[in-house]
Amino acid sequence: MASFVRFTLDGRACLAEEGAQLVAAAKECGVYIPTLCNYPGIPPKGACRICTVLVNGIPQTACTTKVVEDMAVVTRTPELEEFRKAVVEILFAEGNHLCPSCERSGNCELQALAYRYRVTVPHFPYLFPKRDVEAWHPKLVKDHNRCIQCKRCIRGIHNAEGKAIFAFGKRGDKVVINIDPETSKNISDELAQRAMDICPVGAILRKGKGFDTPIGRRKYDHQPIGSEVQA
Amino acid sequence: MEKNIEAITAKYRGDATRLMDILIDIQDELGCLTPATVARIAGVLGIPQVDVEQTVSFYHFFAREPRGRFAVYLNDSVVANFYGRAEVAAAFEIAAGCRFGEVSADGLLGLFHTACIGMSDQEPAALINGQVFPRLTPDKARALVAGMRAGKTIEELKGDKYGDGQNSHPLVRALVKNHIRQRGPTVFSDYTPGIALAKVTAMTSAEVIAAVKSASVRGRGGAGFPTGMKWEFARRAPGDVKYIFCNADEGEPGTFKDRVILTERPQMVFEGMAIAAYAVGADHGILYVRNEYRYLRAYLEQVLAVLRAQNLLGERIGGQAGFDFDISIQFGAGAYVCGEESALIESAEGKRGEPRDRPPFPVEKGYLQRPTVVNNVETLCSAVQVVLKGAEWYNRMGTEQSKGTKVLCVSGDCDQPGIYEVEWGFAVNDILAMAKARDVQAVQVGGPSGACIGPDEFGRVLAYEDLATGGSFIIIGRHRDILRDVVLNFARFFREESCGSCVPCRALTGMAQVVLERIIAGQGTAEDVARLQAWQKIMRNNRCGLGQTALNPIVTTIRNFRPLYEARLSRGDPRFVPSFDLPAAVRDYEAAVANG
Amino acid sequence: MSPKAAKTRKIIATTSLAGCFGCHMSLLDIDERLFDLIELVEFNKSPFDDIKTFTRECDIGLVEGGCCNDENVHVLTEFRKHCKTLVAFGECALMGGLPALRNTIPLRECLEEAYLHGPTVAGRNPQGLIPSDPDIPKILNRVYPCHEVVKIDYFLPGCPPSADLIWDALVALVTGQELEPQYRTFKFD
Repeated sequence: MASFVRFTLDGRACLAEEGAQLVAAAKECGVYIPTLCNYPGIPPKGACRICTVLVNGIPQTACTTKVVEDMAVVTRTPELEEFRKAVVEILFAEGNHLCPSCERSGNCELQALAYRYRVTVPHFPYLFPKRDVEAWHPKLVKDHNRCIQCKRCIRGIHNAEGKAIFAFGKRGDKVVINIDPETSKNISDELAQRAMDICPVGAILRKGKGFDTPIGRRKYDHQPIGSEVQA
Repeated sequence: MEKNIEAITAKYRGDATRLMDILIDIQDELGCLTPATVARIAGVLGIPQVDVEQTVSFYHFFAREPRGRFAVYLNDSVVANFYGRAEVAAAFEIAAGCRFGEVSADGLLGLFHTACIGMSDQEPAALINGQVFPRLTPDKARALVAGMRAGKTIEELKGDKYGDGQNSHPLVRALVKNHIRQRGPTVFSDYTPGIALAKVTAMTSAEVIAAVKSASVRGRGGAGFPTGMKWEFARRAPGDVKYIFCNADEGEPGTFKDRVILTERPQMVFEGMAIAAYAVGADHGILYVRNEYRYLRAYLEQVLAVLRAQNLLGERIGGQAGFDFDISIQFGAGAYVCGEESALIESAEGKRGEPRDRPPFPVEKGYLQRPTVVNNVETLCSAVQVVLKGAEWYNRMGTEQSKGTKVLCVSGDCDQPGIYEVEWGFAVNDILAMAKARDVQAVQVGGPSGACIGPDEFGRVLAYEDLATGGSFIIIGRHRDILRDVVLNFARFFREESCGSCVPCRALTGMAQVVLERIIAGQGTAEDVARLQAWQKIMRNNRCGLGQTALNPIVTTIRNFRPLYEARLSRGDPRFVPSFDLPAAVRDYEAAVANG
Repeated sequence: MSPKAAKTRKIIATTSLAGCFGCHMSLLDIDERLFDLIELVEFNKSPFDDIKTFTRECDIGLVEGGCCNDENVHVLTEFRKHCKTLVAFGECALMGGLPALRNTIPLRECLEEAYLHGPTVAGRNPQGLIPSDPDIPKILNRVYPCHEVVKIDYFLPGCPPSADLIWDALVALVTGQELEPQYRTFKFD
């Protein structure tokens, strides 16, 4: 039987299982903390920083924070919200995100966060980086223009032998996610689909799939991301 | 090639956590790490190619294609540029017949840029096949290329004008100079190896920690974490296997103290590691050294061998049952961020040097998930002297919150650049006088991640409570263009050295460079300046110190040298964006149709 | 405030730069509200009335499309000079849009593909000519979002922005109220 700890979320007393991930614990308590690189069931990485909250007054990523007794968490301040909006804007300016032509539009977490924060034009310079579309793989397309380097595919997708299929290459603003030619060779359709699903944006696509949900029936067409947790 | 790869991999027992060593050795043998080589290494180690690739492609000194028989890495630091780096680079290019980033047509030499190589007191300097060529001039560059053409070996190119002290040791034979201008009582005082260790083995580990604590020794890498506390955490952390790391990855531009300490006092560093091991209960230590100092390898290995022979390392050290401790040397491969302790650990495990999330801290789960202490080179030296001379002696030096001494690396516009070991609490003015600096416009204290200060702040003192520094002290003369010659170089540095994991650091380092270049070109606006300042707030939420401080060169100069920015702002009609340059934007088209 | 409460009609200008006129089509999609619109505003330079050059200073300029050539830059600059409030509408105006797909490809390669090597021209341009008549605009090295060229006051996203968003924005501009875009109308596609 798991033991429970008391902590506060934006001043409200809450309970969580000891050691629970703060993002998940907050969700249980009806508080939405936006995330991008986080994905339930895979090890957190704290890469996108959008889930930054104040833990006992100190900024910390909620995805990598475990709830402990008496922890005081603040999830919403004007400064935190401004920071989150900035992260979304930075990602749009850093890559080449052409929503109108993207298969993932309407089901994209980055776009949904931009809607949530009403991003129009980033307050950051567009970089228009030269990036490739990799289509050599029999089942997958990797469109590096759209990749936000969240590493969800790296952490969450392994082949039948448990070996990594994706990994980072290079560093800094040149980082790129590579697909291993050997370990990805015989992946099943299900795994390819899972790789596509785990990607928050349209950077990993299954070949032959796309635009299969009409506008108006897509995930974020009517309600903002996170509204299922907190209105 | 096959045989080499297998033999080298076998030497490290096919252990993928030794990937750094494997890659360094294979590159030594084969010259570079091509995709085919990477695939082969992955095959031998039984790991995915992408996992080898992610490490290879992270580090600056791992080459993907042949670099020529002589790989010339010319330092591109601020100080190198102060001292004529551009002319030296041009001389190399003309003599070699190729540009930087290329290899000469005959495959003889390749020219590459590199970040600060720890020679700021003797710039411009280059690494050629791992050997240091300091104080270069265009003439020397031409002579070097001519020598290469004439078939000289790297040793023949070096000649025999070796530097002072142990730089002339037969296993070093480096042209590097120590430039120790001021010897202080901690690192550069008289020292005999083994005495401190003998004292320590007569104490309990708790007593050793108590001594270091009562001396208030703090980390000398710049952050200033109390050393005794770190040791205590590691001692208390559960686990039989613990590690002591010495961080000799000094990459902060303008820093070179670790190079001099490792040249002149390696025994003290190793003894400090052994003392830490005794205190913590560790039986293995790793000295992580930046790749730029690989020319010290044979020498350091020999020092270790001697210490083992003297029973200052190895089993039953000093005859004490149960005190077993040995040290191995791990080289980096060119990544500033590995100076961050958790990134350094990742690197030593054969991975990309990406800082880890905390908690857990390295003292709980560090190298190979075991409790690990990471201490700076100078910190460990301090610990040795505290054991030898006592906490009271140590506490008599320095200031309220900064006890003891600090080794400063003074460089830039002064007559006496070099190493100054001073007590904490020295004023900037005093150091400028010692280094014989004149007409000083600014001082970059603590390297790019520190602060750029002007004359009105030269009365401030070096101390954790005032101007904290890991040692870098770059003097900027009146005649320098701070924005172009200093800030832009640092902005580029951070852009290249970001690991790329956190969004703000990965993107804003580059975006800040874009905006800064705009301002320097006279196309910036007051809004741009405000924007750069606002970005600092975003950067504070990055995971590690690199990301949190990467905009410091920009924001500290905006704060302290605002007129330099304002003088460059566009005075145009505010309805139009000054960075949009129509004639420049149609230039490509005009060129395409002109010879189309 | 009811839209009709506006006392004097605001003067409005519109243009499509490197766009597809889809944003203008979407404006027309406000349907019967067009009748309300002409009560609220008077069009000056705009493809709707075919006024080619500004005949008076305008209150509002609506710009579709980014800048892909020097003529776009010229028109955008004119808009900035003659419009008190300048609104970029649609993805192309905001971030270059689909024309900006070429932004990662050197211009020379684009031109050579279009005029020399592309499947529809290969072998049919023996002299290797790339059009460069002084009467045709010069192509920019990349496509520039409008705010990278002139100061833009407001942005309306969408490809195209929904008719409702455009309508809400115009009403807000004419009546001087702040626009709080509804989730339903705030989309990038």
